[in-house]
Amino acid sequence: MTFDTKGAARLALIAVATISLAACATKKPSGYDSGTTTPGTTTPGTTYTPPKGPGPVTSSLVPGSTQDFVINVGDFVYFDLDSYTIRDDAMPVLDAQAAWLRQYPAVTIRIEGNCDERGTSEYNLALGARRANSVREYLVSRGVSAARITTISFGKERPVDPGSSEEAYQRNRNGHTVITGGAR
Amino acid sequence: MRVIAALATALILLGAGSATAQGQPGPVPNSNDDVVIDVNAGNIKPVPIAIVPFSGAARGSDIAQVISANLQRSGLFDPIDPGAFPETDIGAAKNPLFPSWKAINAQYLVSGSIATAPDGRLQVKFFLWDTSGEQSLLGVEMSASPENWRRIAHKISDAIYEKLTGEKGYFDTRIVFVAESGGRLNRIKRLAIMDQDGANPSYLTDGSYIVMSPRFSANSQEITYMALRPTGSSVYLFNIETGRQETIGRFPGMVFAPRFSPDGARVAFSAEKGGNSDVWVMDLRSRSQARLTTDPGIDTSPSFSPNGSQIVFNSDRGGSPQLYVMNGDGSGVRRISYGSGRYTTPVWSPDGKFIAFTKQEGGVFHIGVMRPDGSDERILTTSYLDEGPTWAPNGRVIMFSRATSGGAPRLWTVDVTGRIVQPAPYQSSGSDPAWSPLLD
Repeated sequence: MTFDTKGAARLALIAVATISLAACATKKPSGYDSGTTTPGTTTPGTTYTPPKGPGPVTSSLVPGSTQDFVINVGDFVYFDLDSYTIRDDAMPVLDAQAAWLRQYPAVTIRIEGNCDERGTSEYNLALGARRANSVREYLVSRGVSAARITTISFGKERPVDPGSSEEAYQRNRNGHTVITGGAR
Repeated sequence: MRVIAALATALILLGAGSATAQGQPGPVPNSNDDVVIDVNAGNIKPVPIAIVPFSGAARGSDIAQVISANLQRSGLFDPIDPGAFPETDIGAAKNPLFPSWKAINAQYLVSGSIATAPDGRLQVKFFLWDTSGEQSLLGVEMSASPENWRRIAHKISDAIYEKLTGEKGYFDTRIVFVAESGGRLNRIKRLAIMDQDGANPSYLTDGSYIVMSPRFSANSQEITYMALRPTGSSVYLFNIETGRQETIGRFPGMVFAPRFSPDGARVAFSAEKGGNSDVWVMDLRSRSQARLTTDPGIDTSPSFSPNGSQIVFNSDRGGSPQLYVMNGDGSGVRRISYGSGRYTTPVWSPDGKFIAFTKQEGGVFHIGVMRPDGSDERILTTSYLDEGPTWAPNGRVIMFSRATSGGAPRLWTVDVTGRIVQPAPYQSSGSDPAWSPLLD
């Protein structure tokens, strides 16, 4: 199973954009009611007045910031059921994390290992510790100093998805890379 | 913080059978010859019993209600509705009108009285009567401060239970557990304690960090538990009498799943390093530690046998989580679970006869028991998520936590035969219970 690791962040951005559009759409010109107006009967005016105020601005995230890491790199990788093996779909994410961390050597991170609710709590603490360690070892193998990394297991105590579907279980079986210091 | 007020209870066996001058004489049965309820029978018909409100003080009916609720929850007794009682003022100075009690099918009868001593303490006398034999089976006198009236009721419940089943009771006990609140994405988990009947619930931590795996010491005044913060985990020893708490020390990785040895002198736990969790044991006096497992698999959830010589634990060294037993020094490891499914959270019963566990198979969770050699496996419960069994001190009842899909966990109990599965008398969300030994 593959999983879009940046999905949540993207969805959040799309949601913001949608709200902005919705706010614009509420001011609807009265002549636009297609039920009563025949297309082409309204003649455009001869002059064009641009809307007042600033136009659209594309703001980029501050490189090296936590937001930059979360949105442009991705802070979650996912695991198979009862497994702590780094999956193929996690490797590009971790490679990007390692590259980003090499680029910003002041940044320190904590890797949090998480599990779905379909296991008992003490076993899940141990399993989460293995997942966190798998991520740590992968990043170290890609040139990130082990001294910059701490790990912790939250077992099944900190789900990111409150649901009880297979999709929710999958989202909750993760390694979460959290920046603890040194970001811009 | 002082959670437990001292209860100096004098248990004095009264001259049973001679509650009154004209009382029915007869020997006080001290052996188990008169055990009338076989707790091991497969299908038990609860025994009708009447708990008459104790005379002499307003607490009399409260005490009777607590006793009645205790006995009813055990599944072995069927307390009769007080509305049907033929008399309500028996006290401790006269005999019941046996024929009228037999007429409402009360096989046993409990009556008693309360007096307040000059120093304010409650003095309680009670008798347990056999209505068919028209004799008292038990007479006990005890005293306690007024605020400990519920413990009087629990001790009377234990005395009745023991007299009629031949086994120790489990009512004058407490439960330490994790009280849960908040949504699933920001659940607050606080250490909490209550009487076994859900009364007197009290928080022991403030919820600023996650608590897990609370466990009682055999002396019941000390708890060990694990605290989980973003910065790491700690195992604490917490004295519920004094409120004093200390960690068992710092470890390089996660430290979790603590449990006392039966003598309270050691704590077994899991410590993780580099992703690998092993079972360790610490001597609490010398603070010396010993690593008991070295396998690269997950080794966790250690639980001592009652004599402390063996430890059952959970390991996935064979490819899936299963139960293993080893000697107290880590030698002689052998697997005991061979059924299909995944086995976790083993807990040795106080009498040493069984190991309770959580089993996960086919999308559901079970609480079950097996013999320490792995034989005689019995599944007791089934639900979306049952986990974390703990034994009542007499080994007859298991408490555990149960969650529905999408729901918050609640505390439940099941008797060791699997016959009676019911919610524990605690109305809020809780998990990971641990049953105390009988209080002094």
